[in-house]
Amino acid sequence: MRGAGMSGPARPVPLGNEPPEGIVSEQRRAARMSLANTETQRRTWWRENQQRLTPYIFLIPGVLFFLVYVIIPIFESFWLSGFDWDGLGEKQWIGFANYQELFDDDAFYTSLKNNVLWLVLYMFAVPAGLGIAIFLNQKVRLIRAYKSLFFFPFVISQVVVGLIFAWFYAPNFGLFYLLLEWATGSGIAVLADPDLVTYGIIAAGLWPQIAYCMILYLTGLNAVDPEQIEAARLDAAKGFKMLWYVILPQLRPATFMAVVVTVIGALRSFDLVSIMTDGGPFGSSRVLSFYMYEQALSEYGYRMGYGAAIAVILFLIMMVFISGFIWKMVDDERRGL
Amino acid sequence: MFPRPIEQSSRAARISYQVMLPLALILWLLPLIGVAITSVKPASDLAAGNYFGLPSSLAFSNYAEVFTQSPIGQYIFNSFKVTIPTVIGTLVLSCLTGFALGIYRFRGNIWIFFMFVAGNFVPFQILMVPVRDMTVNLGLYNTTTGLVLFHVAFQTGFCTLFMGNFIRALPRELIEAARVEGVTEIRIFWYVVLPLMRPAIAALSVLIFTFIWNDYFWATVLTTSKETQPVTAGLYSLNGQWIAQWQLVSAGAIVAALPPVAMFFLMQRHFIAGLTLGAVK
Repeated sequence: MRGAGMSGPARPVPLGNEPPEGIVSEQRRAARMSLANTETQRRTWWRENQQRLTPYIFLIPGVLFFLVYVIIPIFESFWLSGFDWDGLGEKQWIGFANYQELFDDDAFYTSLKNNVLWLVLYMFAVPAGLGIAIFLNQKVRLIRAYKSLFFFPFVISQVVVGLIFAWFYAPNFGLFYLLLEWATGSGIAVLADPDLVTYGIIAAGLWPQIAYCMILYLTGLNAVDPEQIEAARLDAAKGFKMLWYVILPQLRPATFMAVVVTVIGALRSFDLVSIMTDGGPFGSSRVLSFYMYEQALSEYGYRMGYGAAIAVILFLIMMVFISGFIWKMVDDERRGL
Repeated sequence: MFPRPIEQSSRAARISYQVMLPLALILWLLPLIGVAITSVKPASDLAAGNYFGLPSSLAFSNYAEVFTQSPIGQYIFNSFKVTIPTVIGTLVLSCLTGFALGIYRFRGNIWIFFMFVAGNFVPFQILMVPVRDMTVNLGLYNTTTGLVLFHVAFQTGFCTLFMGNFIRALPRELIEAARVEGVTEIRIFWYVVLPLMRPAIAALSVLIFTFIWNDYFWATVLTTSKETQPVTAGLYSLNGQWIAQWQLVSAGAIVAALPPVAMFFLMQRHFIAGLTLGAVK
């Protein structure tokens, strides 16, 4: 318990018992006495209750903003998903019709399948990040610069990453295309091939994501207990065994963070799809986040209700993961306090 | 230290490590290097089929052309108009919420904290329709103000988590001592806690700057014209106009990436401290 409750030791001394503090406070008290009675009461009341009230006053602006822009819209989207609405005219209540339509919609299944692909393949960022972190965790000259440059892809916008990889894959002159042509004799236009396009985009997404996981692990490796490593070395542990039994258990917080940010990154994959292919070719690279946007705000007409229904599905998928993460965080929090 | 420091290995291992480092880096940054080279290639090189390989001459004119032939200057200005107020607004709100949640024990503390954390993870799409609708109704659709308001609200979630944890780790004795002296709570916030929060404020300002600068989704949802769109959304439309003019696309992409990159290299330590919060216990 941190003595911030009303009965805690830190409670400000009530006015009447105030110990003499010298002339300044003497004058202040005199001034206070001369104030109107109600004024004095109000001040006293505030002094006595400020510790109880301050947190609420400090929270009001932030909580209000967050409720209005984040929490309430979540519920609104659930509600809107029961309407047929073009965003301007009358809303028409149609119950679960949007969801019924969704479950018959091939494009929805394509997006869902791609989301699963993203989730699974994106996880590669975690071991890859660990690998690079181990590779770079040395103390040689210029190593700091190397670490920053390896981290570089994470700093630039996904829009720029998308453009870079669009160029990388570009048929006939892209670097990847040329390398492939050189190695196998024929190049492949990855982004124009419905079967490969999602893999191509995921590879682009992995680039910054691996960098992110790498930096998490570098920080984690920095904090690994050297004595445990020495002890394990005396027991002749080395290489993979050392990593698995000694290092990884100590890296658990980093691994947890890496998994959280990777899952969220995979489900948020919108930017790259939009920039690199606009969902194409033939809608084969859509993911739920992109399909939702397309339905709600594209030239095909504004279908806000249908879009909201897709968003709800995406939200529910995310909720499965979030609740797991939050459960662990709250648990840690409780134990930590 | 894991792995075993390379200085303790044989000379051969040390040398091969020193050789592998730059090679691995080049491989890792290959797409970026390619784009950087393309951005200084004269258009004639590309027309002549010199896609891969060094430019025949350095054409910095591509950069000049990007600025004169397209509204990218305006887009970048818009990005600053969104990013800077968002950083300031978020920091103000999250210093307050972080202080409230980090210092005081009261009923609901953990649940409010939990709300900020959970809200931070939701997919943007679940917010899109209502937030867009609200922004339209407020008359802020297609303005940078509309974008700023949303960003401030959303980023407050992450920043509260960060600030709350940071403040919780401050020495309690300072605050207790101030209270015994009869210092009011607001003065404790201003004179005792706020000065100690400087590292957290620095870390968050670089992080939020980068996040908001790089935001693309909300930029496309809430703004539509070149007078208001940030550079990420702007690049999307320029990419449509510059079909097959890769020297311009590359130069534009690099220009758009520069501010967060500069921010990162200038404030690296703070950036990484912010990003890896929670990666160590």
